[in-house]
Amino acid sequence: MLAEDLAKQQRSISVAEFFEKNKHLLGFDSPTRGIITTIKEAVDNSLDACEEAQVLPDIYVAVARLEKDVFRIVVEDNGPGIVPENVPFVFGKLLYGSRFHQIRQSRGQQGIGISAAVLYAQLTTGVPTRIISRTGARTPAHYFELMIKTETNDPDVRVHREIEWDRMHGTRVEIEFKATLAAKKRLLDYLRYTAVVNPHARIRGEIDGEPYTFERVSDEVPPCPKAIAPHPHGIEFGLLKRMAEASNARLEDFLVEGFSRVGKKSAEEILGVAGLKGSKKASALSSQELKVLLDAMQAVQVPPPPASLCLSPIGEELIVQGIEKEYQVDFIKARTRKSSVHSGHPFIVEAALGFGGKLPAEGQAQILRFANRVPLLYQQGACAITNAVSGVNWKAYNLSQQGLPTGAVMVLVHVASTNVPFTSESKDAVAAIPEIEKEVTLALQELGRELKTYLNRRDRSRQQEDRARAICSIIPDIAAKVCEIVEQPPVDTAPLEGRIMRRLVAKKRTLDGQVELAVHNYTAKPVALTLYLFSPDAAEDADPKPEFVDRLGDDYTKVWKCALEPETSWTARYAGVGGGTLDVRGVDDKVKVVVDLDV
Amino acid sequence: MSRKKTDALAERQLVGIARFWYDQMRGGELPSISMPTRTKQNIAYDDESGVWKYGDRESTRSAGSAKSALHILKMAYVIGFLKQQLRENRSSTLRELYYISEGWKRAKFAAQDESNLLIEDMEILTELSREAFHLRPEEDGASIYGPLKLREQTRRGEREIHCQEDVGEAGYPIPNNVENVEFLDHDAQFVIAIETGGMYARLMENGFDEEYGAVLVHLKGQPARSTRRALKRMNEDLGLPLVVFTDGDPWSYRIFGSIAYGSIKAAHMSELLVTPGAQFVGVQPSDISDYNLPSDVLTEGDIAALKAELTDPRFDTEYWKKQINLQLQMKLKSEQQAFASRGLDFVTKEYLPTRLSEMGIL
Repeated sequence: MLAEDLAKQQRSISVAEFFEKNKHLLGFDSPTRGIITTIKEAVDNSLDACEEAQVLPDIYVAVARLEKDVFRIVVEDNGPGIVPENVPFVFGKLLYGSRFHQIRQSRGQQGIGISAAVLYAQLTTGVPTRIISRTGARTPAHYFELMIKTETNDPDVRVHREIEWDRMHGTRVEIEFKATLAAKKRLLDYLRYTAVVNPHARIRGEIDGEPYTFERVSDEVPPCPKAIAPHPHGIEFGLLKRMAEASNARLEDFLVEGFSRVGKKSAEEILGVAGLKGSKKASALSSQELKVLLDAMQAVQVPPPPASLCLSPIGEELIVQGIEKEYQVDFIKARTRKSSVHSGHPFIVEAALGFGGKLPAEGQAQILRFANRVPLLYQQGACAITNAVSGVNWKAYNLSQQGLPTGAVMVLVHVASTNVPFTSESKDAVAAIPEIEKEVTLALQELGRELKTYLNRRDRSRQQEDRARAICSIIPDIAAKVCEIVEQPPVDTAPLEGRIMRRLVAKKRTLDGQVELAVHNYTAKPVALTLYLFSPDAAEDADPKPEFVDRLGDDYTKVWKCALEPETSWTARYAGVGGGTLDVRGVDDKVKVVVDLDV
Repeated sequence: MSRKKTDALAERQLVGIARFWYDQMRGGELPSISMPTRTKQNIAYDDESGVWKYGDRESTRSAGSAKSALHILKMAYVIGFLKQQLRENRSSTLRELYYISEGWKRAKFAAQDESNLLIEDMEILTELSREAFHLRPEEDGASIYGPLKLREQTRRGEREIHCQEDVGEAGYPIPNNVENVEFLDHDAQFVIAIETGGMYARLMENGFDEEYGAVLVHLKGQPARSTRRALKRMNEDLGLPLVVFTDGDPWSYRIFGSIAYGSIKAAHMSELLVTPGAQFVGVQPSDISDYNLPSDVLTEGDIAALKAELTDPRFDTEYWKKQINLQLQMKLKSEQQAFASRGLDFVTKEYLPTRLSEMGIL
């Protein structure tokens, strides 16, 4: 009786209905995340499409507030466009995608994608999503307004007509839904991080009335990764079964043709282990036989999958360029590791380490995580990348550390793979796979060693500067005070300077409205040098006169030249307020000390 | 030595440091200072004086780095200032010196700790105490109560004071410069230095000073230099034995250590400040169990301090090793006022007489 009652309520549910009730699986669990998730999906699609078409991406991303809690999101690209017949499916059907079944690196891998945002929009505002797409100069642009039939997960095209559009090719999507812009900073971070790892893209637009632009620094479109056949170590039962059913080849040929890196020899070996005949039709295998075959495929040694074909790392040079355009750092180095494999899936780890510059000197390092060129914004603590960063002994590289390294440090890690293992469907954190963690660690250790070399060199030159300051600036003060105490005439500390420094010493000092430049050659060789003084003084009464004076705004660049034999000196004086910067050229940095006594 | 002579000596010593730098610079050398390192590892027992002093480890600081050069520059300014002060027969406090440095541009002190340390460095270099430079500490000395008559030279003339008859209950306050005090007469058997004010008042109220001929000295925690100097002089000039009565915890043992052995910070002054024959009364860790005193559990800090004392050369004696290890075992500490649990008279009627006869004082 009860079972029959229940049976009346039991029915299949559509994917759309399922996701309507499980928004968190798509990254729409909170109004703040909605905007970021939508833009992320749309931008990922745009970048992937441009890459496939080998076009330099020009992406426009705008967020406008329509009402207090209703926002319109616009993402427009110059990609290849979508043929009109497919537009309703791409935007109006969940789990419709071109990349889901392919084995290669792509951004929008799992293909839930932009249609989830369309669904979210119709759930929160009921407004259909507007799409314009054009595939080329000779075809017209098509305008759509569409929604999703949630009961059947089918597109519901409300409007479709041809229109005029100023772009030759590309796609524009306009979605309206309820959200907040509380996470505006995170949104900008997402766009900035995207720009860092896609240095060939220009991303610009307007967020809540504020325009922004992330310029491109590279004019090369990265090669589009090619799809490869599945690797025997990375295959699961379901896929194997589907492949076998669809094949009409003999089992041996099925293995050689259907899988990457399986040749005649490997195929024979697999068949031998499985105890199956190669002449049998693949489609005729029973489930039991397929299970045996799957086990055999895992057991036999097969070379790793061809990573260079299906993966597209950013490359060390472009990572450095990408970071340098968005961050001011004193040190930046990047590493691209060789490809490696986790459960049959090839992957490449890339990392970069930045230090100093305008990075905040306090607090924990900034960690930029990427998977297949997509920034990971949430769940930093749960991510294998973060764990690997914390696991490195940064103190060995002269950085302080409290779990993560601290100070003016930024760490970038990019994992590129045909299958990035995430901890959950919202794709926020990389799962703890030992092979990946090991590669990240090795990349960071290599970079750490380079940073240490840099820091040591910097410290050495700082020490020298410190010594020069002590000798050229504080010792004369000590001498003056000491002579006053012992009631003796002033002692000349110049020989002291020379003996200790054995360098060319240039000094600038301002006393009672008189600026004095003094250069002493304490080296053993004659030198010829040029002094550049950039300061607010015109130095019209300078003695000797500068070679020339150049005015720039309120400041003047004054240039003197002088030649000095060993143990000789040169002095120039003029009336002025001092300040500015003194630069000495023509002498090797190693034998040169410039001391600004005004500072 | 007359005041004039000591002032002249101080000036000579101070200018001597500057002269040394002057000669270094004339000779084309960087000015430098050499000093014993001021750590636990570098204090050694001096057989002759019976006190702990700095050992042979020295560190030299030359003006080759901005930090050291600045240190020497500051010292030069301080020397210049003290020379002036001696000549004008003025004096100043350590805190005033810190404020005076405000006008010294980059030679100015960042904090008073820095100027205090620098003055200690100069004491070591000149082998004189800061009082010789007319520098006074902020801290006031502790107080004395007992059958002792003394004469103090004050700025307003000489004063003769009897430390029972001429003083209130607070006792006679020890001045900053103990050299201005002359002991005239006494009717005492021994001097007892007491850590806490409560116990000092208890002994006074119970008439312990009169009954046993004791000079009571209130230490007010870690004793100031003037207090230690006064204890040393009563011991040396009057031949009175000195006993120290403190709480039963590691910090109090350090108070005793600074009186009987010398402190690490002021080991250069040991000969003036340390009373080598001083004996520790208690509270001993063994007293805690023997008298069943109310006690507290040792904190982690207490345990670390006790362990540090085990590696301290000053506490490297049979007696202290036994007591400290016992305390580490019991994990307990007691205050001296815990004797009140046995009645207010217990400490003066029972504990002290027994303990002092044990020690051979009574």
